[in-house]
Amino acid sequence: MTKASAVVLDSVTKRFGNVTAVDAISVDIRDGEFFSMLGPSGCGKTTTLRMIAGFEFPTSGVISLGGIHVERIPAHQRNVNTVFQSYALFPHLSVNENIAFGLQMQKVNKSDITTRVAEALAMVQLTGYGERRPKQLSGGQQQRVALARALVNHPKVLLLDEPLGALDLKLRKEMQIELKRLQQEVGITFIYVTHDQEEALTMSDRIAVMHAGKMLQIGSPTEIYERPASRYVADFIGEANFLDGHVTAVDGNYTFVTLANGISLPGIAQQAVAAAQAVTIAIRPEKLRLTVQPTDQMQCLPATVERVLYIGSDTRLTVLLDNGAHLDVWEQNNRSTLDRDAYWQKGERGHVWWNPDNALILPA
Amino acid sequence: MSMVPSVEVPPGQRQSRTRSLIALLTPGVLWLGLFFVLPLLIVVVYSFATNGPTGGVVWKFSLDAYRVLWGKDLFYNAYIRSLVIGVQSTVICALIGYPLALHMVLAPPARRNVLLFLILIPFWTNFLVRTYAWMLLLSNNGLINSLLVTLGFAKQLLYPSEGAVLVGLVYGNLPFMVLPLYASLARFDFTLMEAGSDLGATVVQRFLRIMLPLTAPGLVAGSVLVFIPTVGQFVVSDLLGGAKVDMLGNLLQRLFTKSNPPNWPLGSALALVFMALLTVMVVIYFRTTTEEDR
Repeated sequence: MTKASAVVLDSVTKRFGNVTAVDAISVDIRDGEFFSMLGPSGCGKTTTLRMIAGFEFPTSGVISLGGIHVERIPAHQRNVNTVFQSYALFPHLSVNENIAFGLQMQKVNKSDITTRVAEALAMVQLTGYGERRPKQLSGGQQQRVALARALVNHPKVLLLDEPLGALDLKLRKEMQIELKRLQQEVGITFIYVTHDQEEALTMSDRIAVMHAGKMLQIGSPTEIYERPASRYVADFIGEANFLDGHVTAVDGNYTFVTLANGISLPGIAQQAVAAAQAVTIAIRPEKLRLTVQPTDQMQCLPATVERVLYIGSDTRLTVLLDNGAHLDVWEQNNRSTLDRDAYWQKGERGHVWWNPDNALILPA
Repeated sequence: MSMVPSVEVPPGQRQSRTRSLIALLTPGVLWLGLFFVLPLLIVVVYSFATNGPTGGVVWKFSLDAYRVLWGKDLFYNAYIRSLVIGVQSTVICALIGYPLALHMVLAPPARRNVLLFLILIPFWTNFLVRTYAWMLLLSNNGLINSLLVTLGFAKQLLYPSEGAVLVGLVYGNLPFMVLPLYASLARFDFTLMEAGSDLGATVVQRFLRIMLPLTAPGLVAGSVLVFIPTVGQFVVSDLLGGAKVDMLGNLLQRLFTKSNPPNWPLGSALALVFMALLTVMVVIYFRTTTEEDR
């Protein structure tokens, strides 16, 4: 399904003095998409969002909203709305007045405003709270008012700047589901900035992983997690074991990497690699298996259990390979609860193995 | 609306609490009683007494003072002029002070401190001296007129005049407007302006509907601090108005000390009526402006 573009950035760069906050970013965000920009603080995600909102103008590059160039148009003339990290509700206005603000600016007539404000309140399940002041609401309720205040204007694009950051964990999880539901209900493009990978994975249609002003990889949550394109992304999203080596052979789908100690392991190259190129094999800990008996696969390495972390649903093991490398292995606790020998003990010997399809070969 | 928790206090503790409350309040109550309430009562009493032939107060009840006050244009004009000059200087102070305070809040911290410092520096020089300085600046051969002549313009009669009084008053009172506004603006969350912009408000709309109402407490405080001393003062209008601009303070000063014979009952009545007027005005002002931003 190819949809029209909601927002297109074409080599957008933003410099503050001699610091480059956003470095030639190009991306095409589709209509009705839930698009997240994920990265640590200082990666340029918020600056990118602020440029789409119109609070900052790019140093160079083009931003189009629905096909129209807007990079020099100030915020109040753009058909986008923002949910701020601090909510930025007007403290001197009631909830109703807050939500009505944007409609009043657009000179919508009074009776329409009343209807639309009531609808927006109902949409965020705050009917009956209209007369209150923001201060009289809980953090979660303020968050909903901020959402209603933005959505009531029927923007082409809704921008959300870490909107759940101030909420406690339980509320945050509820709001994640709520946000996703709202987005599907209203069908508006959401551009969501977060440093919380779980948040991004849960809600997004696509995620852009950002680092140092660049979008390192743009893809669906499964692509980003299962097929990271670089070591940085593999490391930033979830956890991964890395084994460094160099390319020795290519055989069909598999590329063979020889580690420093001479062991050769197969994996799937995520991009074209040359012979003898320095690479790393990335494997997620939940894709590794640890068994007493060896398998007949070649990527089966003898190891000793060094640390056992029982966390209820999983057991997280760290094993020391006989060749000296450490690997993290996560096992699901899916065996009989009566089987006392089901769990690994420190010092036990076993064999680590994995499906070579899950060994990702990435540039070092 | 703070909720005061009702906690049972044992009788002994309550007694000692009362005692410490008395100890804490006594100095203030004594001071206010002796130097504020008592003089005010004396003024009230004077205003209902009779003026003696040589200027003393004759202890005979009379409404003469109020009758005279009601009848003469002189007093009416002084009231009006005081109020007008008071309002003018307050408005001008607000118009200059608001952008100044805003600029200070938005400045980087180091510059902000320098600016604050500059605002406070004039306080270290006697106000009278600074008013004399304005006389020199505005006089016929003063700095401003010399500059005008150098630039090829004709000399202007800048002083003495009502305009000169206004300049002097604005100059002297500006810090009292800037400082409360600065405090208000420093607490203002500028993200709200971005939110306003995001919701389609222009700069003017953002200022009028977001920043102004949220910084109104500072504006109200500054206005009161500028307005009250301005309407009662007599030094600036005396010096820069060349004794031609009669404000209430000048009239009072004359009635009490300079006129022959002095008329203390009339002066007292004049002051009391004005005080009542001001109280009503300030109460109304506070009501209308603070109701909005709660």
